[in-house]
Amino acid sequence: MIPSAFDYERATSVDDALARLAARGGAGKLIAGGHSLVPLMKLRLNEPGALIDIARIPELSGIRGQDGGIEIGAATVHHAVATSDLLRARCPVIAETAATIGDPQVRNRGTLGGSVAHADPASDYPATLLALDAEIRIQGPGGTRTVAARDFFQDLFTVDLAGDELITAVRFTPTRTAAYAKLYQRASRFAIVGVAAALDVDGGTIRRARLGLTGALSHAVRLTAVEDALAGRPATADGVAAAAARAGDGLNDVNADIHAGADYRRAMVGVFAQRALKAALARSQESAP
Amino acid sequence: MAAPVLPKLVGQRVKRREDPRLIQGLGTYVDDVKIVGLRHAAFKRSDVAHGRIRSIDTAAAEAMDGVEAVFTGAQIAEFLDPMPIGTPFPSPEHRAVATDVVRYVGEPVAVVVAAGRYAARDAADAIVVDYDTRPAVVDPEVAMTGHPTVIHADFDNNLAVPLVPSGTGVSPDGKTVDDTAVDRAFADADVVVSQRMVNQRLAPTAMEPRGVVAHYERGKDTMTIWSSTQNPHILRTFIALLNGMGEDQVRAIAPEVGGGFGAKINIYGEEYVVASLSRRLGLPLKWTEDRSEAFLATIHGRDIIGYIDVAATRDGKVLGLKLRLIADVGAYNMLLTAAIPTLTMLMANATYDIPAIRTTLTEVFTNKTPTDAYRGAGRPEATYFVERGMDMLARRLGMDPAELRRRNFIPADRFPYATQMGAVYDSGDYAKALDRALANAGWRELQRQRDAARAEGRLVGLGLAMYVEVCGLGPSASLPTGGWEHAQVTIERDGRISATTGASPHGQGNETTFAQMLADQFGVPLEHVRILHGDTGVVKQGIGTFGSRSQAVGGTALHLAGTKVREKMAKFAAALLEAHEEDLVFEDGRISVQGAPDAGKTFAEVAAYAYVPVPLPAGLDPGLSEEAFFEPANNTYPFGCHISMVEVDRDTGELALLRLVAVDDAGNLINPLIVEGQIHGGLAQGIGQAMIEEVRYGADGQPLTGSFMDYAIPRAADLPRFELDATVTPTPVNPLGAKGVGEAGTLGSTPCIVSAAVDALSGFGVTHIDMMLRPEKLWRIIHGGQA
Repeated sequence: MIPSAFDYERATSVDDALARLAARGGAGKLIAGGHSLVPLMKLRLNEPGALIDIARIPELSGIRGQDGGIEIGAATVHHAVATSDLLRARCPVIAETAATIGDPQVRNRGTLGGSVAHADPASDYPATLLALDAEIRIQGPGGTRTVAARDFFQDLFTVDLAGDELITAVRFTPTRTAAYAKLYQRASRFAIVGVAAALDVDGGTIRRARLGLTGALSHAVRLTAVEDALAGRPATADGVAAAAARAGDGLNDVNADIHAGADYRRAMVGVFAQRALKAALARSQESAP
Repeated sequence: MAAPVLPKLVGQRVKRREDPRLIQGLGTYVDDVKIVGLRHAAFKRSDVAHGRIRSIDTAAAEAMDGVEAVFTGAQIAEFLDPMPIGTPFPSPEHRAVATDVVRYVGEPVAVVVAAGRYAARDAADAIVVDYDTRPAVVDPEVAMTGHPTVIHADFDNNLAVPLVPSGTGVSPDGKTVDDTAVDRAFADADVVVSQRMVNQRLAPTAMEPRGVVAHYERGKDTMTIWSSTQNPHILRTFIALLNGMGEDQVRAIAPEVGGGFGAKINIYGEEYVVASLSRRLGLPLKWTEDRSEAFLATIHGRDIIGYIDVAATRDGKVLGLKLRLIADVGAYNMLLTAAIPTLTMLMANATYDIPAIRTTLTEVFTNKTPTDAYRGAGRPEATYFVERGMDMLARRLGMDPAELRRRNFIPADRFPYATQMGAVYDSGDYAKALDRALANAGWRELQRQRDAARAEGRLVGLGLAMYVEVCGLGPSASLPTGGWEHAQVTIERDGRISATTGASPHGQGNETTFAQMLADQFGVPLEHVRILHGDTGVVKQGIGTFGSRSQAVGGTALHLAGTKVREKMAKFAAALLEAHEEDLVFEDGRISVQGAPDAGKTFAEVAAYAYVPVPLPAGLDPGLSEEAFFEPANNTYPFGCHISMVEVDRDTGELALLRLVAVDDAGNLINPLIVEGQIHGGLAQGIGQAMIEEVRYGADGQPLTGSFMDYAIPRAADLPRFELDATVTPTPVNPLGAKGVGEAGTLGSTPCIVSAAVDALSGFGVTHIDMMLRPEKLWRIIHGGQA
């Protein structure tokens, strides 16, 4: 629980952070809330030569509605997401997701960008960002770029982000008709399985469904088979339940650890897909005039 | 006569006086101790479960900045003897730092002394150890056959304790065993239930990890050692012993101690090493355990398998009980390791009048962290096995579990009651506690609610457990350290009261409860009483706090010392007031003659006179300071009844605890608020064991639960609102009538939750589920196949 020696710098802007990162070569590591990185450093599983603190860069924090979309700065802490009036009104699923992360201490320090960049296979945000078709905004030495969440999460702790880049924000089109449901791991409160579901419902019919899954595989994925099965179906609880019941059946290489075996996790994908879908459906019914 | 202004405090819900400083960060813990010239120690620990050390290369570590010395186990062994054991069982040699073979992940192999904590840790990482690894011995029932290998050369088949019998037909020395009565009980039985049960391994996880600072002062040839310990006097004894010093030369200090749960009874290798290195180097030296180390290097608790057989008539009278115990004690015997499972044997009678009982105990070495006392220490294990057995019997007979208990209770008129296991239960009224719990829970209504929920397809279950535990440890015959406690009460010259206690607290609230007692005894405000503890330089003698003994034994010593001072003070007051001492009243900060309160003196005036006694009354020495030792004639046996209601989520197997109703009888209570706090904590840990806590090891002996990311402990939000109540059956063992309550919560809660879960899932044909009640396990029962 004692990290090896490191230098510490605080960046004042995104450009400053990128310059400091470049100056450190491969030895620099960005830190915001530190709730993924610092535990690894304490266990000496990660020993960066220098930490470049981006937590207090003003442009990286905040939740903004823009052009019909919503953008959340990468250094925004989970607590701010969980309690945002804007998000609760227009996109409750992401506030709900943030509220399930860790405990109050974690939620007051940990950040959206940090969680997404770290890409723990059991972290909560990726499922929801996938279901929202979110975009990850990235800035690097070559300028800015945008990656779809679907393309961003690639493998275990592996994302489409180079060592000299940083995430500036996450952007998505808000929807009220989405929900997140998770099976808690009782020690860490990470997701043994977490499913986010977003529904486009029109006239009692599901036009489109998007489901993001975390916890079950090496990285978060979309449950496309369930999405396809739901499209065009009646928007009823029985209908979504039937379509999602076997959501886990086609999954390969399902995680297994001391908390949950692969068979159980696979079954829980179906259970929590159903729960997320039913909750999303309930929201679609309350938002209907 | 007017009613006293000061309320009598004993029995009142006085808030803990300790808490304002603790919750404001104003406490001083071991890691807060700073001394000029302080150096820091770090331990290099084995990362293999079992292996011979081929070589240790310390050159790189020694060359690092700030590093002053590096010692391997072999070098330490040149000046530090093996660790003492506090039990009579044969034990393998246990070095504080391994010399040739490592036997669990986390065992120290070298120690670094450096200028700073970080430098010490960096250097420990730079030590290179080459191991010739051996097969890891992980499963105790395989280990008993000598497979895959033997851990200690002199212990065939890894048997730390080969087989100890106890109970009906067994002679007190265990040498002769007559099976007649037990065999007859089973032959006569209409029904026998049998089950193998695992009481899993737990990590104590005190909020404050261990820590030690040792300061040897060459000029005075004295050692001061600060340690996060439950028993500084025992620490002093052993530190003196292993350093070849006198107890007069060693001062042991337990400052604020952030929880112990039994794990801080032990004197650990790190304490011996830090003390001996401080002396050898002539430097103050500190080591603070980090959380990763705590999971590996602080003792674990429980980890015992019980094979239980209960024989009964068809109308529910238990005729006989057999309990075969196999304890996985880990790699070594620590101070009390070998003795803890014997307490499970001792309490096998539970609350029942059982004609024939046979227990046997086998203890087995494995390549795991050693086990030792953890809150309850042997009694929760006994309670769990017997209460689960009773629950299975009730289910088999189709009998209400409360009714089955009632038919087998030791009747209230049979106390003191000598059990088949050799205990003498001091006092008890088990039916009263059961009745109160049933009434408080609304047992019939709960059964109706359960049945209604089941009719809706919900998986709701009820569980009930009785417990009796052995507390107030204990007569000196039962403890190698002595089983007494000591106190000294001093009336200071200004009339304030200072009292010392050897019952060194680590969360028990003695500064409050003991002050309540003295405030009442002397008729002074609570604020005028200070309780001093945790420093052998201040507290002359003591044993420490464990086995729920601080109130029953330490509190009684305090009461006796207070009584002596009061008697002497009355003599001084009588001289001042020209009255008879038996006519004096201590009330509202005054000592006065009964019936004439205005004619009295203030408490401070009498105190001042005692220290400047002009004239000195005949037959009196100056001063007001008296001490007392108290040796109890017996243990105390608190008891109670816990009831729970649970619901299992059919889809996920998640277990929700809906209700927990507890009735605990700890005899007379000094402070019900503190008692309830103790019960809350114990319940949380008992619930944790049932539902979410388990230390796991891989087949290679690697720990799989090395952090709070994988080892769950209950949080407030995980727990229901506890519904507590108390019956009061005083003990005759001490004049306070107090039995002790620190561990009680861990006893009843665990089996009652498991029984409730079994009840909830009884429709699936299940009769027992081993802890912890992991959702996947319950889901498998619901969805086909056993856990």
